[in-house]
Amino acid sequence: MDARILKEFRSVVGERGVISSAEELHTYECDGLTNFRVMPLAVLLPTSTEQVQGIVRICHRERIPFVSRGSGTGLSGGALPVKNGIVISLARMNKILEVDLPNQRMVVQPGVINLDVTGRIIGDEYFYAPDPSSQSVCSIGGNVAENSGGAHCLKYGFTTTHVLGLEVVLSDGSLVHLGGKTLDMPGYDLLGVFVGSEGTLGIATKAILRIVKKPECIRTLLAAFNSTNEAGAAVSEIIAAGMLPAAIEMMDNLSIQAAEASVHANYPDCGGLLLVELDGPQAEVETLMDQVDEICRKCGSWEIRVAQTDAERAVVWKGRKAAFAAVGRISPNYIVQDGVIPRTALPRIMSEIERLSAQAGLRVANVFHAGDGNLHPLVLYDNRIAGQEKAAEALATRILELCVEAGGSITGEHGVGEEKKQMMSKMFAEPDLETMQRVRCAFDPCQLSNPTKVFPRTRMCGEKPGKYQPHPIEVAGLAERF
Amino acid sequence: MIEARTSSAAGTTLEVPWQELRAIVGEPNLKPATPDDAVLGVQPQMVAFPGTEQELAAALKWADQNGLAVVPRGGGTKLDWGNPPVRADLVLSTARLNRILEHAWADMTASVEAGATVQSFQDTLAQHGQRLAMDPLFSEHATIGGLLSTNDSGTLRLRFGALRDLIIGVTIALSDGTLASSGGKVVKNVAGYDLPKLVTGAMGTLGVITRAVFRLYPLPRTRRTVTLALENAKQANDFVVAVQSSKLAHTGLQIRIGSDGKPDVDVRFAGTETGMDAQCATLRGLSGGTRESGTSMEVWDALQELWRDAPNSVIAKFSVLPSEIGATCEKFRQIGGSFVRWSAVIQATGLGWVRLDAGNAATLESAVRKMRAEVQPFFIQRRPASLTAIDVWGPTSDSFPLMVAVKQQFDPNGTLNPGRFVGGI
Repeated sequence: MDARILKEFRSVVGERGVISSAEELHTYECDGLTNFRVMPLAVLLPTSTEQVQGIVRICHRERIPFVSRGSGTGLSGGALPVKNGIVISLARMNKILEVDLPNQRMVVQPGVINLDVTGRIIGDEYFYAPDPSSQSVCSIGGNVAENSGGAHCLKYGFTTTHVLGLEVVLSDGSLVHLGGKTLDMPGYDLLGVFVGSEGTLGIATKAILRIVKKPECIRTLLAAFNSTNEAGAAVSEIIAAGMLPAAIEMMDNLSIQAAEASVHANYPDCGGLLLVELDGPQAEVETLMDQVDEICRKCGSWEIRVAQTDAERAVVWKGRKAAFAAVGRISPNYIVQDGVIPRTALPRIMSEIERLSAQAGLRVANVFHAGDGNLHPLVLYDNRIAGQEKAAEALATRILELCVEAGGSITGEHGVGEEKKQMMSKMFAEPDLETMQRVRCAFDPCQLSNPTKVFPRTRMCGEKPGKYQPHPIEVAGLAERF
Repeated sequence: MIEARTSSAAGTTLEVPWQELRAIVGEPNLKPATPDDAVLGVQPQMVAFPGTEQELAAALKWADQNGLAVVPRGGGTKLDWGNPPVRADLVLSTARLNRILEHAWADMTASVEAGATVQSFQDTLAQHGQRLAMDPLFSEHATIGGLLSTNDSGTLRLRFGALRDLIIGVTIALSDGTLASSGGKVVKNVAGYDLPKLVTGAMGTLGVITRAVFRLYPLPRTRRTVTLALENAKQANDFVVAVQSSKLAHTGLQIRIGSDGKPDVDVRFAGTETGMDAQCATLRGLSGGTRESGTSMEVWDALQELWRDAPNSVIAKFSVLPSEIGATCEKFRQIGGSFVRWSAVIQATGLGWVRLDAGNAATLESAVRKMRAEVQPFFIQRRPASLTAIDVWGPTSDSFPLMVAVKQQFDPNGTLNPGRFVGGI
């Protein structure tokens, strides 16, 4: 990287805030999606909003693209560096700034770890609801970028439901406040569009979060079925009975085996395992739990256990939350997918995945957020065997296509990032994507903030929307429209 | 046939080829506007009733190309919200786009066209024991598109969130004729930007919503309301915060209070009979012998009741921190004094609505200005004709330039509802 610019970055964040040696930069060349790697020119570690602004102003002047990064646990390559760009790590901005229990709000910096938010308030019996499986390491800033979900979003909603306001550094270095401590600020819901924009609209430097009172009673039921279809039928009956559980998770036999090998959750060895969590006032939960029990038995469950204490619940959840990593115990390599289908399409999609899996000669382990139709098929392969990686990628892509064909989505919580940007064209028509990009042009006309992600093609912001006008660089013969 | 003139370019007279629009929407679906179609005193020329979203998009594009200002209209129940448009040539009605497209009850989602009334949508969903968990104003006549554009909400918001939390997909027509969809049909979906949220509450200034997809909730098995009579606003506020800090799973919690300063607090539970018995007992523990003044469900209509016989009243929506509700009421009391009657319905979320009545317009206006100086945000949803000069939205924030940039991208010619929204957008 240009020594003059590097020097200028150092003047903003200090010597210790700049990483520019090749060995150290390797840590940042990918996020949780490790099959894409790009070396950044430098990594900057600001400790304040002003420093973020200072860095971004330099980037804007020099037209250097930047990628913001939290803990780097993302699974779609959202924090993958871009060519000739820098990475801005928010890891050192990790302070909890304010806790306001009567109003159920907290103000935090983006580098605060998800679980530490709950950790700070659990003594007062509050919690922060979004709970991605990586919650012990992932950051709030990353959660905001990805609109992270988790098992409990079935009842409690996603990150976007729990972020009331943000302080954001835009790609020209200016500072704006979106949303706020009070609801319904007049004007466009720019907060709503920023959350989940995968770092493409700017950098969040402060977040106002909504926190939730811990329910009086939580019960987690484990039910063993012979197949995921039987388990799926039970899910449909639970929903049809008008219940809204806090979570409904499903695992197939292969993922149960993996979880057992890894964390010994003591799950029953079965074809389809259902985990149903109900919470709320005790009398209510107990009445409904009896009904869930009855439904599960009616649908063919041959073993049911109910975790009563926090410790028992923790063991039950440990297996589920460790499922991705656990698959490493039974396969050298794997691809995690994140498709969503209307829940009722589950039996059809499952048998189709089974067929495709047999056809490709690759095992697929299935972990679902069954309540909301979010599938996490894990395609297992061995990259030492020639051709397997390609075959696994093709199978994973085909599974996502199935989800789209069923009226679902290519991603429920992991984000589009680098990995699935070409798939966007399968889910959305050109005018849909073009309209989304208008938002991007309003926020980041120079396309510096995590460019090249999310969309299959970049739209030039100099264009007057709607009416075709050649961009100046097209006129100059420097670019072509495609 | 060229028949009317447009006011769109000040000082000049353009001839509008209305026959082109007639060809798009069909002869019977373009009508001359009557005085009833005026929007806050601004008289449009024509009203078009497109029958499909493609027709609507084509009509909008035609208007944009002809330099006309368009006011989208659903049920017309809240057309007086927002500032008067600086121009209004064509009203684009969604009245014929009123189909409920799909109720995937087993997936708990539904797709609906913008012109369907909220009530007709709810009636359809109720057939499978479900609902859009939202109790907005005037649901008999208000449409889904209008509801979304105005971001209205009622007493269920405390438990089920705002429209932004319930909408999962949207299709909008842009002023250049683009029909764009975003979101989808599944509850969990992070593919692409969340445009359903962007157009919710945008007052029709970015595009015309033609259809929406919602996540649904089951209808409650049974419900129960407890109303408590408290001594003053502070006590009511303390009680509301105590209920919010408890482990009760109430689905409604509101304060009703007026010039006499004696608040009622309403609490609603839903669920199984056993569950509600237990919760009511817990509530009584919290209220410590406070007098219970009723158990009627009708208290949840109080918000809509504010609008009854209110042609000369001001009704404003305000938003404060839940812990500041009591102090806010005290400000209303001080500012109201003995010349302005006020009554308010305030949700435990901190969102409230206050109605002001006074003997003369000057007193009313002065009270509005003082309240807005003390309570922010405070935006006006109803005011008498004498007060149309007041900007209903109040001051803008540091994100305003960004809002202007978004508007510029979506509607560069300022065709849609010009001047209606914050800061003159």
